[in-house]
Amino acid sequence: MSNEATLHSQQEVMHGAHDHHDHEHHHEDNFISKYVFSLDHKMIAKQFLITGIVWAIIGAFFSVVFRLQLGFPDATFPWLESILGHWAKGGRITPEAYYALVTMHGTILVFFVLTAGLSGTFSNLLIPLQVGARDMASPFMNCLSYWFFFLASLVMMASLFVQTGPASGGWTMYPPLSALGDASIGSKIGVDLWLISMALFVVSQLLGGLNYISTLLNMRTKGMSMTKMPLTIWSFFFTAVLGVLSFPVLLSGFILLLFDRHAGTSFYLSDIFIAGKALANEGGSAILYQHLFWFLGHPEVYIIILPAMGMVSEVLAVSSRKPIFGYLAMIGSLFAICILAFLVWAHHMFVTGLNPFLGAFFVLLTLLIAVPSAIKVFNWLTTIWKGNIRFTPASLFSIGFVSTFISGGLTGIWLGNSSIDIHLHDTYFVIAHFHIVMGVSAFFGMFAGIYHWFPKMYGRFMNNTIGYIHFWVTLIGAYLIFWPMHYEGMAGMPRRYFDYSSWTSFNQFGGLNQFISIVVILVFATQLLFVFNFFYSIFKGRKLTETNPWKATTLEWTTPINPGHGNWPGEIPEVHRWAYDYSKDGRDFIPQTEPIGPNESAH
Amino acid sequence: MSGFLAVLVIVLIFIVIFQIAKASEYVSILKGEKKARQQSNRINGFLLIAFLVLGLIGVYYCNNLLKGKILGESASVQGEGVDTLIYVTLAITGIVFVGTQILLFWFAFKYQEKEGRKAFYFPHNNKLEVIWTVIPAIALTVLVAFGLKHWFQLTSDAPKDAAIVEVTGKQFNWLIRYPGKDGQLGRRDFKKIDEAASNPLGMDWDDQLGKDDFMATEVHLVVGKPVKFIIGSRDVIHDVGLPQFRMKMDAVPGIPTTLWFTPKYTTKQMKEKTGNPDFTYEISCDQMCGSGHYSMRGVIVVETQEEYDAWVAKQPLQYSLAHPAAAPAEAPKADSTQKTVAANIGKP
Repeated sequence: MSNEATLHSQQEVMHGAHDHHDHEHHHEDNFISKYVFSLDHKMIAKQFLITGIVWAIIGAFFSVVFRLQLGFPDATFPWLESILGHWAKGGRITPEAYYALVTMHGTILVFFVLTAGLSGTFSNLLIPLQVGARDMASPFMNCLSYWFFFLASLVMMASLFVQTGPASGGWTMYPPLSALGDASIGSKIGVDLWLISMALFVVSQLLGGLNYISTLLNMRTKGMSMTKMPLTIWSFFFTAVLGVLSFPVLLSGFILLLFDRHAGTSFYLSDIFIAGKALANEGGSAILYQHLFWFLGHPEVYIIILPAMGMVSEVLAVSSRKPIFGYLAMIGSLFAICILAFLVWAHHMFVTGLNPFLGAFFVLLTLLIAVPSAIKVFNWLTTIWKGNIRFTPASLFSIGFVSTFISGGLTGIWLGNSSIDIHLHDTYFVIAHFHIVMGVSAFFGMFAGIYHWFPKMYGRFMNNTIGYIHFWVTLIGAYLIFWPMHYEGMAGMPRRYFDYSSWTSFNQFGGLNQFISIVVILVFATQLLFVFNFFYSIFKGRKLTETNPWKATTLEWTTPINPGHGNWPGEIPEVHRWAYDYSKDGRDFIPQTEPIGPNESAH
Repeated sequence: MSGFLAVLVIVLIFIVIFQIAKASEYVSILKGEKKARQQSNRINGFLLIAFLVLGLIGVYYCNNLLKGKILGESASVQGEGVDTLIYVTLAITGIVFVGTQILLFWFAFKYQEKEGRKAFYFPHNNKLEVIWTVIPAIALTVLVAFGLKHWFQLTSDAPKDAAIVEVTGKQFNWLIRYPGKDGQLGRRDFKKIDEAASNPLGMDWDDQLGKDDFMATEVHLVVGKPVKFIIGSRDVIHDVGLPQFRMKMDAVPGIPTTLWFTPKYTTKQMKEKTGNPDFTYEISCDQMCGSGHYSMRGVIVVETQEEYDAWVAKQPLQYSLAHPAAAPAEAPKADSTQKTVAANIGKP
């Protein structure tokens, strides 16, 4: 390529920096220790990210397949039979396959992509770099955390190929459906593999979470007090706390489920007559599982969204050349969300026969979450107000994040109000709500993070033009897909239906479902474009010429372009100020490492 | 073949986009980073404001297109409250939605990077922050208060004179049982379930209360009369969804649940109101229950008292179905017992 020379001509200047191995790690890395069982937090972050991307493609592809069924219930797609075999006889997927796809789509996206892929990647990458540490508190635990995730991935992947298919009772895996092989073909070995995989996943999360917490509490560089930390770190902190406190509860729920499946216990089972016989189980409560599940399940949505919030705060400040507005209020609202996250789980259970008096408290606490969320939105708006905004792909995705967070957050006020929830519960309104607020928003936060920190990860830029196309198609597509679903939900159209044609109440949306499915395919193709851009840019992207391409204040940009294991070649820099001195006293930005000047105004 | 062509076209589009993207990267390097950034900034700034305008028009258009296909008037008295609450919430969240989206995209457009512009150093302002903590808190208090008022009404005890219908979910249909003349359902035990002996609910035939119970394939209700559903499940969790009545309740094995409402319109009236000759009140299963989940459809017929009485008279008692030989002898006796019970509890 003749232009290659133009592209890289002026870029060799800074490139020598990472060749000095003059910090404490002198060992020669071989392929295994550098790329496979790496102890370097930056490599582990990349491992999480790339594994997450692979899962995201699989999970999103599943949604394309089941959207084909929903959009074109009468059509046949012979190629489906060639990849799915008897699960798609004649080119039309069976109900069993449909439910397996829906279940796997949810599990993969919620846990493997938006938990491991999002907070796993960026907590690992940014915590040591932004607090000024050479690595995690325990690099070995960190490495284990990834490999437990990898094992979980292998088991989940294996479950896709067993003869009776993967788990198919919905990603929430409610018993008795998930407890009884007679109730559903997916509840045979598929659920066992699902539970084993999720148990390994919980181990991974705990190893990672404890590490994040101890690193950012104990290993901050000199001068980096808690209130000088960037908001990214605060959000990773609260995310890790949520995970450490709630994942064990989920695990306990899963273990009881395993007992019910194989040890003849009756934790969740009672009064069941199935496959022509009455089961011996009595006295259990199927609702108990839902309490245990949602005690994680609800914090889980904040585990997904908080890191995105943190990264968006950072990117918006950098690209507006302004300090984040209301830094302390931002921390306070993160804290409030973190506390409230534990107190609202039963709003998923308003129609389970929950005591209405108890339900009232969950209504109150649920709607209370809207207050810190509103504070965050108004603070983001004020951050870009009177800024000088550069529309990098990262900042566009951050703006998109705020937009979708508003749209999806407001419908949470509908669903959190139990009286409205009675009508909207388990309809497409719920699908629209959580896909916008924790699907699209979280992905936007993740994309913002990837575009923004890609130069730090690989020493190269991603292609901007593809980034812009990616952003615009995704933003417009996301609204076209999910906005009309609110209307389907208002009509009472239930989720997780394979086919609506026999219903007189819900069959008026045929054309709309078709439209949505077509947009889904377009948006999916655009994500592949992003994936291509990502991998292409790792090897061929435009190289960085300076260590601080975005003119940001935070510590990660004081490391060399390609930092080695240990991050800083010499001393770890000392920190003197908060992370948001942009456009202060007439200066574009003041790095955190610069001492406070004698005549400087206070913030 | 067409599949192959489709893939080919997609790949070609990819290659074209990729080539354009690469070319534009070279151009931007030749032009200088700053100039390239200014240009892409202008384009994206314009697109942001265009997105806002077209998006808001799109929201309006979407509403026009779809509003006729949703809600409709609530078919139950209790659902009216739900609808009111929905409209109040829609108004509040709608205003916030439009306001914040306009601010977001307008600010982004207005404060895009310009030569010579300096960003305003504005790290915090306590007054502003208090204002936008307090205002949402007040708005939410209003919503919580309204919401809980309706919630306690909806979940209150059914009136004493409410009709009783038992709805039991099983994979994949609904079993419907009426208490018969005595207004009380007979005892059940899941261990007595025997499909072959016409006892799909496991009714205990020793219980006199159950002897006049009858089962039906559809739920029939009297217009204007409160009805209480007693909901259960035989196997996995199901959910009784009644979209037209704005009601929903899980069917959990081992834990009976209830809901009650007062139907406002007969099925016939709804056919006229909606202009849809096929209109049917349906029970949808709203909790994932297995491969036939989507087909778990129940039908509710709301009718006048006369039509209802005529229908009830035609329903065979489940006891007689389960005991074909004993039925003629047993039936009258059962009937006389029920009369005494019915007299005791007042109106059946």
